[in-house]
Amino acid sequence: MKSVSIIGAGPAGIEAAATLAKQGYTVAVFEKSSSPLKNIADKAFLFPNFASAADIVELMNKKLLNQNITMHNDTEIVDMKREGQGWKIVDSKGSSFYSDYVVMATGYTPFDAHRKEELGYGIYGGVVTSLEMEKMIRYNQIVNSLGEKPKRIVFLQCVGSRDEKSGNHYCSKVCCVTAVKQAIEIKRQLPDVEAYVFYMDLRMWGQHFEELYRQSQQEYGVRYVRGRISEASGTFDGRVQIKAEDTLMGLPLKMTTDLLVLMVGMEASEGTRCLAKACGICGDYGFAQSVDPHLGDCLTDQQNLFICGACKRPMSINDAVNDGRSAAIAIMQNE
Amino acid sequence: MKNFGFTISKGRQLNFDEMRPEKVDKLLELVPSYKLCIGCGGCTAACSAAGFTDFNIRKIHTAFLRAQYEGLDEQLKRCMLCGKCLLVCPRGVNTRSLIINMRRLLANVQPNTFVRKGAEQ
Repeated sequence: MKSVSIIGAGPAGIEAAATLAKQGYTVAVFEKSSSPLKNIADKAFLFPNFASAADIVELMNKKLLNQNITMHNDTEIVDMKREGQGWKIVDSKGSSFYSDYVVMATGYTPFDAHRKEELGYGIYGGVVTSLEMEKMIRYNQIVNSLGEKPKRIVFLQCVGSRDEKSGNHYCSKVCCVTAVKQAIEIKRQLPDVEAYVFYMDLRMWGQHFEELYRQSQQEYGVRYVRGRISEASGTFDGRVQIKAEDTLMGLPLKMTTDLLVLMVGMEASEGTRCLAKACGICGDYGFAQSVDPHLGDCLTDQQNLFICGACKRPMSINDAVNDGRSAAIAIMQNE
Repeated sequence: MKNFGFTISKGRQLNFDEMRPEKVDKLLELVPSYKLCIGCGGCTAACSAAGFTDFNIRKIHTAFLRAQYEGLDEQLKRCMLCGKCLLVCPRGVNTRSLIINMRRLLANVQPNTFVRKGAEQ
């Protein structure tokens, strides 16, 4: 039976591996971290149905327990070359592995909030990223910079997405609904907290997302302000003062908050950039490029090379899982 | 006829059918980056004049875009051209050039007389 190398053990890579292994392919999965699913590991619940992230991680890890799958943790693939009909991939230690097919599932990296200096991340303790907030929710430790229970939390959308200054024109797709979800989770843990979401547009594109947005207003009293926060500064008592325009009022606004949560977007990961370059499938903004977004979204210009998940574009977890399965099916159809 | 003192009020709607957009077209030609504005209000939020006066740059350029020019020239004089709005705009609109060119068009000064061709000043 033919062999497949899967680069990246996130939701897309694992689903592709499990699907191919079930069909009898010999699958090797390469993961640069010490364990799979690093980006989901510290998440609390997943939108839109509040599924437990820990359960999803456990179920996906179980999928890897197949005799046809060999797992290579702590193995960072840095180069790949054509060899005969297949591919030779090389890791950072110089070891190389041959396979008939390669599936690139190298994923994304969160936008580094330090790059938006005016928002004060890394300068004021009260400014956190959405990933840090997710951890606070998961471990029931929602506290302000002084370690106390916060009275007010402000979310800011589009940090590093839809932003000329960051060089990213695209929308990261998942942040809108993530802020809605996190606001609800915060209200469940700390009902007295005031939660505000500052947005340019709210994009509730998926099934049940709009309902989640309605629920956040109706049941949890989350407040929405249309305006982009232009700057944040620290106050003497360890809080954060923000400035925005309340565009619907047509007036500048200032507000002091215990926590400012920056909804950071997705960028192509280092691995995605490096390998897309190595095999000539560079797309926009460092992501990998498929042949066609409609009918060939897992295919590439290169023979026997397939791509899936957030190495192509920002993607939610459920979309990444489905995309991993699509890549596996594309390989089967290739026979 | 008896005069009861009633008059017909002027319509308050923006009448898109009767808009005269020549100046708007000219502005977009001079400052093409303004086509990208999504009205997020980042410019007003960052504005050093907005906190203390009723100067609201987002409302002013939106009014200009709707060809509602009345009173804009007076309001625009409050801008100190510090350029903070330019630093925060997520769409990369050249807001300072926008302000200068709105003032020129409102004063009927031939814009860009001294400017290198193709440059968005």
